[in-house]
Amino acid sequence: MFGVLFEQAADGQRYIDWLLSGLGWTLALAFFGWWIAFAVGLVVGIGRTVQNGMIAALARLYVEIFRNIPVLVQMFLWYFVLPELLPNALGNAIKQMSPPWGSFFPALVCLGLYTAARIAEQVRAGIEALPKGQTEAAHALGLTGYMTYRYVIVPQALRLIVPSLTSEVMGIYKNTSVALTIGLMELTAQARQISEATFQTFTAFGAATLIYLGLALIAYQSMVLIDRAVRIPGTTPAKDAIEPRLADDVQPVGSLPEAMEVVK
Amino acid sequence: MLQEAQTKRSSDIVVVENLVKRFGRFTALNDVNLSVRTGERIVVCGPSGSGKSTLIRCLNRIEKHDSGRIVIDGLELTDRMTDVTCVRREVGMVFQSFNLFPHLSVVENCMLAPMKVRGLSRPDAHERAIGLLRKVRIHDQADKYPGQLSGGQQQRVAIARALCMQPRIMLFDEPTSALDPEMVNEVLETMVELARDGMTMVCVTHEMGFAREVADRVVFMDRGGVVEEADPDTFFRAPRTERARGFLRQIIH
Repeated sequence: MFGVLFEQAADGQRYIDWLLSGLGWTLALAFFGWWIAFAVGLVVGIGRTVQNGMIAALARLYVEIFRNIPVLVQMFLWYFVLPELLPNALGNAIKQMSPPWGSFFPALVCLGLYTAARIAEQVRAGIEALPKGQTEAAHALGLTGYMTYRYVIVPQALRLIVPSLTSEVMGIYKNTSVALTIGLMELTAQARQISEATFQTFTAFGAATLIYLGLALIAYQSMVLIDRAVRIPGTTPAKDAIEPRLADDVQPVGSLPEAMEVVK
Repeated sequence: MLQEAQTKRSSDIVVVENLVKRFGRFTALNDVNLSVRTGERIVVCGPSGSGKSTLIRCLNRIEKHDSGRIVIDGLELTDRMTDVTCVRREVGMVFQSFNLFPHLSVVENCMLAPMKVRGLSRPDAHERAIGLLRKVRIHDQADKYPGQLSGGQQQRVAIARALCMQPRIMLFDEPTSALDPEMVNEVLETMVELARDGMTMVCVTHEMGFAREVADRVVFMDRGGVVEEADPDTFFRAPRTERARGFLRQIIH
């Protein structure tokens, strides 16, 4: 079924090489975009929790803007609109970037900053989930606000949010496919090109699907490993901590009929 | 006479004057005055909601007071963060819920502040931490994490962690209230030893045996104010106010 992928295309390469080249751009976009997203998201997420009202408001503004505009619209804004808004010389320089880079950089910035807004919310939730006593203890020891975040709050918050960061990792690499709309020849774009060249739609997109699926499994597995590696000794993994509570919850259900009789 | 009053004043390491603290419309502390001399051991007691925890939380500005003055070792606590940080360095605090840092091992819990705040080198901080963990008899657990220790052990680590900053005053906020009964004594013993070493201590606690044994003065609070101050003998034998008598009846059956 996938035999057609190994046939030679018009440009002398095999179709599978087109797919692999697309995969390369997809991975590059997801990988570098992730680090931008993580760095910006961490800073903005912390910003949302600080005492300083000005900084908290700016961080909030960032999150609301970048999280609430569809990623496709953001892609167009970075690619088509930004160069027009910049001073002429700079705008022209951006427009004249050589082919893959002219689409790659706007896509990178777009995905990085969009995902950053989502990560910022996770970071904020992680920080707010920590007991207040942690900050108090750090302050009581004389640690400054910065030190308290750096050595006490953030290391714990990040451990808490590893599971939800997993879905952000998977989110950013799936969103890379949007970059085809501004002309980046990533995996989905290459699949479409193969389908148009060979009329083997099922094969082309089937192969792309399998590759995306494989990537998702790899991403998921690596996050599980990371979660395990950073787990604090003496604490139970989230799953085990929840299960006993489920058992506790079962009991009130058992006693429910009596309670209902009382209601009667 | 005046001179005597002045020398007494200068050795007061904690001075609280007309302290008021509100939470919304609730007044937690209403015009509280208190002074603590260097080396003095004070036990603060009173019914729940009387403001005793709020009082000692104000002493290192974990809680900001609304009016009045707090002077710790000559430095007044105001919005100036540099002063606040200076005070916090000299004031150790032990919480009811331990508040150890779960992601750091026991010895790292004790090393963090000395390294980052006092600027100690890692080996020096380690040596000091092990020394104080030995003092609270828990050095053999130095490389474990807080989650692997019992409550009593965690609280002793918390005491060692505070001592690693070599504070001039130690504040205890109901240090045994969250402990299982069989672990209360190990923590109290540690506190008694600390008192014997001459540490200035302000303890909020319901452990009246501890108060009797080490306190120089018992401060009884109710409804946000100091109702009675006396040496433990007088306080337990002949409390002056009806409120204190009622409180004592309730905790000693």
